[in-house]
Amino acid sequence: MSARIGVVTFPGTLDDQDAARAVRLAGAQPVALWHGDHDLQSVDAVILPGGFSYGDYLRCGAISARSPIMTEVITAAGHGVPVLGICNGFQILCEAHLLPGALTRNESLHFVCRDQTLRIENNRTAWTNAFESDQLITVPLKNGEGNYVADEATLDQLEDEGRVVFRYVDVNPNGSRRDIAGICNASGNVVGLMPHPEHAVEELTGPSTDGLQLIASAIAALAGGGVLA
Amino acid sequence: MRAEAAGYDGQTAQYRDIGVSVARVVVDVMLKPEILDPQGRAVQGALGRIGLTGVVDVRQGKQFVIDIDGEVDDDVLAQLHEIAANLLCNPVIENYEMSVDVTGGPAPVGEHQGTFVGASSDAVAHANEGQQ
Repeated sequence: MSARIGVVTFPGTLDDQDAARAVRLAGAQPVALWHGDHDLQSVDAVILPGGFSYGDYLRCGAISARSPIMTEVITAAGHGVPVLGICNGFQILCEAHLLPGALTRNESLHFVCRDQTLRIENNRTAWTNAFESDQLITVPLKNGEGNYVADEATLDQLEDEGRVVFRYVDVNPNGSRRDIAGICNASGNVVGLMPHPEHAVEELTGPSTDGLQLIASAIAALAGGGVLA
Repeated sequence: MRAEAAGYDGQTAQYRDIGVSVARVVVDVMLKPEILDPQGRAVQGALGRIGLTGVVDVRQGKQFVIDIDGEVDDDVLAQLHEIAANLLCNPVIENYEMSVDVTGGPAPVGEHQGTFVGASSDAVAHANEGQQ
């Protein structure tokens, strides 16, 4: 039986359909989850997709992080369920304190949309074990508030513990500290990144199909193996 | 900033006119000094371009004006601090200041403006105590 991967829709989510499509193309079964429910429908993994939930009101992801479904996601994450936050999903993970730090306004003040090269800095997480270490991948990036910040002690800790998972290569599109594009929690099951792997799953529409490997990683992790100790 | 908050007064004043006690809580949220504020920097640039010289820094923040029906006792105040610290502001990047106007009774807009600023000084001191 194929892995069941939930994709949460919040009010203002944009990329849930693309995320579900990526899950399907990678060989897993997408399950639609609703922000207002306290029910994860027994999924094996969860994706928080991109968009502008609650219109980015208050702060990006701040209101969604307090939604009913997030109570369940936080509990599940604590039990080791793989959780991936993409763009607004990454912001929600930070606001929910599943990941440290915060995403702030791009240094340039411009909304940036480009094909972005990333380096896989940690290929032992639930979402990156199908990559080679230091592998370069190219996926679309589109954000206005992707400038990752945390205090120096937190940044040092992330680096020391190998929890910087994706780093921008060539161009830092948003002023992110230490070129950080994505990070994970201490046990490697919760991963968040600003770029959009779910838009890089088909040759016709994406700059690569590198995004499929994130889903493949989760499938492999669920099958038993590859997750950071 | 505080005086501006009194501009929201219409509704509160009306409540007071019909004898309902309404407390006004104002929470100012600012990015921490060490966090880059690109919006403030853009405003600073604009100020220079329109001829205001000598601007050393501009920081942009948010203000929340919360009207509460009934008394703001210590329990409510503690709840407000919890909400201000963890929802209205993101403690990773922001600080907040809270002031509470606990005066009841009818308060016309003009008078309220004074009441608000005056009354808030004690409340601010109290709020800051709670913050530490």
